[in-house]
Amino acid sequence: MKLVICAGPATTGKTAVLRHIIKKLRDGGQLAAFLKIDVQYAEEDELLAREFGIPTRKVYSGELCPDHCNVMVLGDALQWAGKAGADVLLVETAGLCLRCSPYVDGGLGLVVLEATSGMNLPLKVGPMLSLADVAVVTKIDRVSQAEREVFRARIQEVAPAVRVREVNALHGIGIDPLLEHIRQTPHATDHMLLRGNPPVGTCTICVGKKEVGWQSHFGVVRPLENQAFYRGE
Amino acid sequence: MAIESITILGGHGKDGGEEPVRRIDLRMGDVVSIVGPTGSGKTTLINDIELFADANTPTGRRILINGAVAPAEFRDNPARNPIALITQHTTFLSDMPVQGFLETHARIRTDVGEPAESLVERTLAFANQLTGEPILVRSRMTELSGGQTRALLIADATILCNTPIVLLDEVENAGIHRSRALELLRAYRKIFIFVTHDPRIALLSDYRIVMRNGTVRQVLHTAADERKFSAKVTKLDDFLSRLRERIRMGESLTDLEAELEAVA
Ligand SMILES: Nc1ncnc2c1ncn2[C@@H]1O[C@H](COP(=O)(O)OP(=O)(O)OP(=O)(O)O)[C@@H](O)[C@H]1O
Ligand SMILES: Nc1nc2c(ncn2[C@@H]2O[C@H](COP(=O)(O)OP(=O)(O)O)[C@@H](O)[C@H]2O)c(=O)[nH]1
Ligand SMILES: [Mg+2]
Ligand SMILES: [Mg+2]
Ligand SMILES: [Zn+2]
Repeated sequence: MKLVICAGPATTGKTAVLRHIIKKLRDGGQLAAFLKIDVQYAEEDELLAREFGIPTRKVYSGELCPDHCNVMVLGDALQWAGKAGADVLLVETAGLCLRCSPYVDGGLGLVVLEATSGMNLPLKVGPMLSLADVAVVTKIDRVSQAEREVFRARIQEVAPAVRVREVNALHGIGIDPLLEHIRQTPHATDHMLLRGNPPVGTCTICVGKKEVGWQSHFGVVRPLENQAFYRGE
Repeated sequence: MAIESITILGGHGKDGGEEPVRRIDLRMGDVVSIVGPTGSGKTTLINDIELFADANTPTGRRILINGAVAPAEFRDNPARNPIALITQHTTFLSDMPVQGFLETHARIRTDVGEPAESLVERTLAFANQLTGEPILVRSRMTELSGGQTRALLIADATILCNTPIVLLDEVENAGIHRSRALELLRAYRKIFIFVTHDPRIALLSDYRIVMRNGTVRQVLHTAADERKFSAKVTKLDDFLSRLRERIRMGESLTDLEAELEAVA
């Protein structure tokens, strides 16, 4: 079984892209399983189960960073999808933590960005873009050709090694190259690793100390004027 | 790669029925119009061309360049893309200043030759010949008016992209100097494809692709007697343009009655 992790800001078209991928996998005789990871609300699992009759699930990350939640549940999820007879496990995640990456070595990492989002977005999404394999640019039907090309250039400035694929996810235009990327992805194994380095360890705020001002905290702290530093006890 | 021809291979319409015209070959230097009622699929047809459709769009059409499937690099590398498309959009969503936007586009659209600054300068000069109020390089793209947006898109496609194939979606709706635009465009030898409702542009074309219900119904070659009265249409159109411009500038039109009698 293969693993595809699809991340991107809200409403960029992740589900719309995955819907076309599910359809094309099915046309090629392959079964997709779908897992949605969201902070507090999602209904894609029910929609896609109804539409395609495929195995689907969702997980609410709640208090956890959604990217870390993804890592926690992925082992179980691969087993679940395997038992359900799936050929590909598609994971959709909101990727709300812009310091972490949700991708796994040995899986295919897709980041979905919309061409309508403004030219600075690629500079703001951090490892979610730079550690992806493919940046899928949606809503190309809503912008001029010139803007589409400049948006592509902005992505390549930040992430020169990431392949850019432009799609219209309403009409399913440009989806075939994504299927080719999935075809070239190796099968998932029992020992997969989170891609990239997680951000520096927790600060005392994370463990529940709520005082305002770095002077009240320990571990990695950050004054306004200086870089973060380690303040030991 | 030198572009000699584009071929459109027929697909199917909105109702799934087969497209009546199965093949159209456009040759270098051709000026073509796409005509048809609102919603008949004109924009969809030029989008198919721009996407180098290969039976992978909702129309099932296929587009060949020089008789063969287009190489993938046409779509993956803007510097290799032989097509510039001026879309129907009258707003930019980009939050960049005009200067920065054009410089970035210039850098990725051209491999060699002219430095980006001089390309940007020429592009703005071209655009400002088409607008009423000039575009300022320091404005943000999102601040441009509908007409300024279209003028900048035309200039970007013609000067900055300078591709052998140019697709234009309803340039006449832009409130720009349309006759000036046509005059400037015709100085170039390219394949021009105009989506249009404008009699002057339609008559200036070598042929018209007629759309209905999502399909190409027929291809009409501009007849010799159509060409004959095209000169008169041009005069009429120029008169109307002048009228429009005078209204824009807040002038009185009373002295134009005799002239109207003469052209009508
Ligand atoms: N061959 C086709 N098969 C399926 N859908 C089609 C086909 N051709 C056009 N359509 C659909 O019909 C709708 C209208 O098409 P389009 O926007 O191309 O019309 P148009 O002629 O450009 O109209 P306007 O003059 O208003 O700009 C679109 O939603 C498009 O996706
Ligand atoms: N015009 C256009 N709309 C799109 C495209 N892709 C997605 N959308 C729309 O954007 C909205 C959000 O899409 P969705 O897939 O739910 O986004 P998600 O939150 O990332 O999963 C929906 O209304 C989609 O129909 C596209 O390529 N073009
Ligand atoms: Mg979704
Ligand atoms: Mg249209
Ligand atoms: Zn995190």
